[in-house]
Amino acid sequence: MLATFYIASAIAIIATVMVITRHNLIHALLYLVVSFLAIAVVFYLLGASFIAALEVIIYAGAIVVLIIFVIMMLNLKAEAVEQERQWMQGGIIIGPAILSLVLLVELFYIISGVGMSGHEYHIVDAKAVGISLYGPYVIGVELSGILLMSGIVGAYHLGRQKKKIVHRFLEEPEE
Amino acid sequence: MDTIPVEAGLLLAGILFMLGLLSVLIRRNIIFMLISVEIMLNAAGLAFIVAGARWAQADGQVMFVFILTMAAAEVSVGLALILQIYHQLKTLDSDAANKMKG
Repeated sequence: MLATFYIASAIAIIATVMVITRHNLIHALLYLVVSFLAIAVVFYLLGASFIAALEVIIYAGAIVVLIIFVIMMLNLKAEAVEQERQWMQGGIIIGPAILSLVLLVELFYIISGVGMSGHEYHIVDAKAVGISLYGPYVIGVELSGILLMSGIVGAYHLGRQKKKIVHRFLEEPEE
Repeated sequence: MDTIPVEAGLLLAGILFMLGLLSVLIRRNIIFMLISVEIMLNAAGLAFIVAGARWAQADGQVMFVFILTMAAAEVSVGLALILQIYHQLKTLDSDAANKMKG
């Protein structure tokens, strides 16, 4: 079980590194799916099997497919990959990498100093999650519904193309 | 049965969050920046799951469900904005969208 956790973590980290270094968007998205599947394995090992299923269905399924649809609608050519390669070259990665690495080292120092290990993991099943979700957190569920509704309306409103008036008598006169 | 150390789970979440942050900082393509935000949200959810499993509480998984909802709404609105930006400016460069008109 411990070896499975470390292997899944290594796959998740390697796949994420591949995502952030690719020049082609579709390749990056395929590595992103691999990363999400590895994290789903980690969730399963931590005793959250319901969340592992949600991770596969919603993240690796719905969200990635949505991004792929948009990439297909944009109809990007080979020049996009070339431009991405041009943007990524040089020492652009060094400064942000150093800053992020310092933050990570600080985080690791804080985590290792607390000493939380030595406890058994407990399996929290979907029943407990459901009881909690529709008991004390029911206001959060309702607010999530409102958020999704406004997301749908916002996406429709923002994604709408402006209609062109084809009839010459209906056109507004130019100022 | 060997138990997974809590530090290892939190460290994995930290590394994934750092990789997403790094990608937001170095990329100029706006779709790659959206993907990086997804990676960071997922890493934050992983930290919630690790804490929920350690203390045997359902709250961690509840928070992950809320993060998932928020990520879905965010990615739909973000992709609609990206489509509009691409139709107006004919590029995915985030630096090209630095002027507000109208």
